[in-house]
Amino acid sequence: MAEYKLMKGNEVIAEAAIRCGCDAYFGYPITPQSEILETLTLRQPWLETGMVVLQAESEVAAINMVYGGAACGKKVMTSSSSPGISLKQEGITYLAGAELPCLVVNVVRGGPGLGTIQPAQSDYFQAVKGGGHGDYKLIVLAPASVQEMNDFVDLGFELSFKYRNPAMILSDGIIGQMMEKVKLSPVKPRWTDEEVIKLNGSWATTGKTADRPRNIATSLELDSARQEQFNHKLQAKYKEIQEKEVRFEKIACDDAEYLFVAYGSSSRICQKAIDLAREKGIKVGLLRPITLFPYPTKAIQEMAEKVKGILAVEMSAGQMVEDVRLAVNGKVKVEHFGRFGGMIPSPNEVVKALEDLIIKG
Amino acid sequence: MSDIKDIIKEENLVYKKTKVLTDNVMHYCPGCSHGVVHKLIAEVIEEMGIQEKTIGISPVGCSVLAYNYLDIDWQEAAHGRAPALATAVNRLYPEKYVFTYQGDGDLASIGAAEIIHACNRGENIVVFFINNAIYGMTGGQMAPTTLPGMPTSTSPYGRDVKMSGQPLVITELIAQLPGTNYVTRQAVHTPAAVRKCKKAIRKAFENIGQKKGTSFIEVVATCNSGWKLNPVKSNEWMVENMFPVYKPGDLKDE
Repeated sequence: MAEYKLMKGNEVIAEAAIRCGCDAYFGYPITPQSEILETLTLRQPWLETGMVVLQAESEVAAINMVYGGAACGKKVMTSSSSPGISLKQEGITYLAGAELPCLVVNVVRGGPGLGTIQPAQSDYFQAVKGGGHGDYKLIVLAPASVQEMNDFVDLGFELSFKYRNPAMILSDGIIGQMMEKVKLSPVKPRWTDEEVIKLNGSWATTGKTADRPRNIATSLELDSARQEQFNHKLQAKYKEIQEKEVRFEKIACDDAEYLFVAYGSSSRICQKAIDLAREKGIKVGLLRPITLFPYPTKAIQEMAEKVKGILAVEMSAGQMVEDVRLAVNGKVKVEHFGRFGGMIPSPNEVVKALEDLIIKG
Repeated sequence: MSDIKDIIKEENLVYKKTKVLTDNVMHYCPGCSHGVVHKLIAEVIEEMGIQEKTIGISPVGCSVLAYNYLDIDWQEAAHGRAPALATAVNRLYPEKYVFTYQGDGDLASIGAAEIIHACNRGENIVVFFINNAIYGMTGGQMAPTTLPGMPTSTSPYGRDVKMSGQPLVITELIAQLPGTNYVTRQAVHTPAAVRKCKKAIRKAFENIGQKKGTSFIEVVATCNSGWKLNPVKSNEWMVENMFPVYKPGDLKDE
């Protein structure tokens, strides 16, 4: 029997972590995501599955605990919101450089700086284009519902271990705080130490045995030629991810003359905007990127062949729109519409923006 | 004269390098304390038979490449964050012997928060704190433990305590934390000191097996390149100037 519950997005992240056999969560309080750590400490999964839950002294310490746990070959995660994610960037680039799998959840709030505690989508560049130093990529998943908050925890771990690369769930204050019906995942046991050695023993620091050379988790390579070679290896991995792991959803696109491109909360607002626009006789569809890296570039290219104009809707001053423009490459008009700083656009505003910027413009 | 080959025989062996120490040539300067401390840790690991259970966390600093020298699994941490990594390893593998190996810049400056909180939580680990009062790797800059008036490349006229404060004597602070069980300050400048230091290392690793919490070993060390003194003079300078501020001996042993 499937188990259904009415839950907050943040709460379900905690529940999904326990159910997918996560070994450890290291976090630090920050609004609007503190319910993740609160739910975990209330649930006490260490009594149930042995999962470690620890409130670290800072976001910096938390992400470095994630590095330590990930290097052990275990399923470890952290979560935070924008200012805290900025602090975690040091650890994230080290994790990417040491090719360690882990899950990072960002429940985005408006910025820059301390900004606001209200929802925003202004961390797209940070999540998708880098964030920390060096040439690296995260696998970035963008949930648009509480159900996807649940589903992407397991998926995030699966992809991060498949490619030995950090994965991020890029959520926002709306998805984190809203309550929806969710079908909970079946319970998976945690890997035993023997399974960890079997699955990840070629690289994880599980204790050096006589039958293998020592495993070292490091991102250091002082020899430039070898460092370049390592970077080529990383780029080849990102290319493979780009080829194999693109995920997106198309809504009302079959007869569409115009297109919204929006992810996460904005895509939900766009769904209502589609209904309102179609009542007015405007045939508009939605392409919702589910993975932000890898980005659904080809799918957008294909839609650009069919529609008269594209509106990128995001709760930012215009970040993802750059990737839409790169995909469309001048084929049709691409404009951006966004509210930001914690403001949420209404479906009516989105329809008006489509009319003003794309149809009339 | 007998041939040297006739002398190199098993029965004539009085000293043998521990197998936990790799054959890699160390990058440390001649006279540097790191090599001695590495050797002592390696010997203790072999003697206790815990090579398969030991995980080291190396820092950023001169000992960033420590993982090249001890034949165990290693994690290389970001600057100052080794105690955070060790926390996770300790929580996820409570039966392993986890240690961090950190310099004064790493532990007492950029990583001050991580070391204080790991020690306060009483993580069941050993912390090696190599204090030579200078940033060696980056070319001899002022450290939090640099002595008043001591010249470095970023305090060329000597550490000005009005500008930079007094040296941070962090080990005394660590000893105040209830999570720590054994806090000691050692050196490796004489054969007697080396033997004493090895005993302390053995005790610290045994504490892990007994789940006693954090053991913290400061080794007051030399940096002859950074101090611009030869190894012998460095040792003399250390005894004369470092020991009055960083007094060798046990601070806590419960």
